[in-house]
Amino acid sequence: MIHTENLTKKFGDHVAVDRLNLDIAEGEVFGFLGPNGAGKTTTIRMLTCLIAPTSGSVRVLDYEVGRDDQQIRRNVGILTETPGMYDRLTARRNLTIFAKLYEVEHVDYQVDKYLKLLGLWERRDDPVGEFSKGMRQKLAIGRALLHEPKVLFLDEPTSALDPEAARLVHDFIGELKGKGRTIFLCTHNLDEADRLCDRVAVFKTHLRVLDTPGKLRRQVYGRQVAFHLGGPAKEYLPAVQPFSYVKEATAADNKLVLSLDDPETHNPDIIRALVAAGADIQFVGELRYSLEDVYLQLMKEDTTKA
Amino acid sequence: MDKMITIIRKEWAEVFKNKLIFSTVLFLPLILAIMPLGMLFAFGSIDGMSAEMNDPEIMALAGEMCAGLNAMDCSYVYTLNMFVLMFMILPVAIPVTIAAYSIVGEKTTRSLEPLLATPITTAELLGAKIIAAAVPAVIGTWIAFGLFLIGVKIMATPAVFGEFFKVHWLLAIFFVSPLLAILSTCIAVIVSSRVTDPRVAEQLSAVVILPVIMLVIGQSVGLILIDRRIMLWLGLAVLALDALLLWLAIRLFQRETILTRWK
Repeated sequence: MIHTENLTKKFGDHVAVDRLNLDIAEGEVFGFLGPNGAGKTTTIRMLTCLIAPTSGSVRVLDYEVGRDDQQIRRNVGILTETPGMYDRLTARRNLTIFAKLYEVEHVDYQVDKYLKLLGLWERRDDPVGEFSKGMRQKLAIGRALLHEPKVLFLDEPTSALDPEAARLVHDFIGELKGKGRTIFLCTHNLDEADRLCDRVAVFKTHLRVLDTPGKLRRQVYGRQVAFHLGGPAKEYLPAVQPFSYVKEATAADNKLVLSLDDPETHNPDIIRALVAAGADIQFVGELRYSLEDVYLQLMKEDTTKA
Repeated sequence: MDKMITIIRKEWAEVFKNKLIFSTVLFLPLILAIMPLGMLFAFGSIDGMSAEMNDPEIMALAGEMCAGLNAMDCSYVYTLNMFVLMFMILPVAIPVTIAAYSIVGEKTTRSLEPLLATPITTAELLGAKIIAAAVPAVIGTWIAFGLFLIGVKIMATPAVFGEFFKVHWLLAIFFVSPLLAILSTCIAVIVSSRVTDPRVAEQLSAVVILPVIMLVIGQSVGLILIDRRIMLWLGLAVLALDALLLWLAIRLFQRETILTRWK
C-alpha cells in the first residue's frame, strides 16, 4: 500500500527525513512515533504529495509520488495537524465543499453519513467557529473520509483533545481498522499507538526501529519474569544464577526479576529450584513494559550516542 | 470547472460574512455613483456654483472633449469625464480587499493544507480565487456605472449627455475594468503568497491603483485626451499584463514553500 525507498527531505542544509524505508501493508494500522521536529509531519506531507521529496521514491497504492500526484490525492485522506476549517461556514457546508473537491459521487449522502457517524448531526447547521476542539477534530476526520479513501493519514489525531473526545477518536479509528483501511497514524500518544497500531516505527530524522509493539518491547527489554517471594529475594539469587538461560537476574526487596528468552519453557525449572532453596513463591508474572518505556529508552540511547 | 465553482461559492460564502469586505463591496460603488450625481445636482441648483462652472479655463483644459459646447456645458462634460475614470478605480480596489483576505485568511485559519491535499490543481485554485475576487468588483462597478449613467441622463441636458456618453467609456467599463480587476487580483494573490497579514497584502497590492490615478490626473490637466484608441490600447496592454501575471501567480504559488514556511 505504501512503499518508500531511501525517502529523503532536506530544507537547505537541514535534513528533515533521512533515507526512510517503509513497507506498509493493506489494512495495516501503522504508528509513526517520534519527538517534536523529528520529521513526522514532513513525511506525511511527502506521502500525500503536499511537498516533494529531495530524493528517494514513494509509492502509494501503486501510484508514484511526483508522477501520479492527482491519483494519490484522489485516493488518500489526510487529517492535518490542525483541523483548518472554514469557521464562518457550517459543518455541513465545510464537508460539502470537500466532498465536491474530492469528486464524491453522492455528495449529500456522504456528508450526512459522516455527520451522523461522528455525532455532529444535531450541530450540522452551526458555524464551525462555534465548535469545541473535539468537535472540530471529529469534523476534520469526517472530511478526510468523505471520499472513502483506501489509505488514511492521521497527523496527531488526538492532540489537544480531552480524554473523552480522544476516546471517541480512538474508537472511531478502531472501527476504521475493522473495515480494512490502511491507516498511517502519526502520534505522540504512545498509549494510543500501543492500542491501535499493528506495527510502530520510532523515527527521529531517520528510522530508529520498526516492529510490532510487542516485539519492540522484547527488542529493548527482552522478556522479563518477576517472582514475588515470601522473603528477601536477594537470598535466592544463587539458586537461579547457575541456569545458563537466565541472562540477567536482579533482586529488589521481595521481587526477583529474571531475563529469559523463553519463559514458558524455563519457568517450571526455576520455580522448582526456588522451592528447593526454600522460597515461598507468592506469584509469578511477566513484566510488561509500556510502549512509552520502550520509546523513552530508545530516545535515551539516541541522546547518549549523540 | 466543478472544483472552481465550488471554491468560488466557498469564497463568496465566507468572504461576504466578513463585515469589512461586505461593506467595501457594497458602499464603495454606491459612494462613487452617488457622489458625482450629488455634485451634478449641486452645480445646477446652488447659486454661485453655476457661475463657477461657466469657466473658460476649464474649456481650454477640456480641449476636444467638448467641441461645440458652451463653457457651462463643457465644464459638466469635463467633470463627468473625470468621474468615469474614477469608476475604473473600483475594479482595482475591491478585488484587492477580497483577494488579500481570501489568501491570507487560508493561512491564518490553516485551511490551505487540507485544501491542497485534495485533487485540485494550483491553476484551478488560483483561477477560482481570482474570479471570486474579481467578479463582485466588476458587477459592483457595472451597477454603480449604470446608476451613474441613469442619473446623468436624468439630470444633464441632452447636449451634455450626448457629448459625454461615448463608446470609449463603454470600453473602459465593460472591457478594461474587468481586466483591471483581474490584474489587481493577480497582484494581490502574488503579494498574499508572501506576507502573513491581510492588511499588508492589501496595502502592497493597492499600488496597482496608481496607473489609474495617473490617467485621471493626465486627463484632468489636459496631458491626454482619453478616446477609443487609447482605451483599446490600454485594454490590450492590461490583457497582456493579466496573462503574464496569471502565469507568474501560478508559478510563484509554491505549495511547498507556503506549507513549510507559513507559521
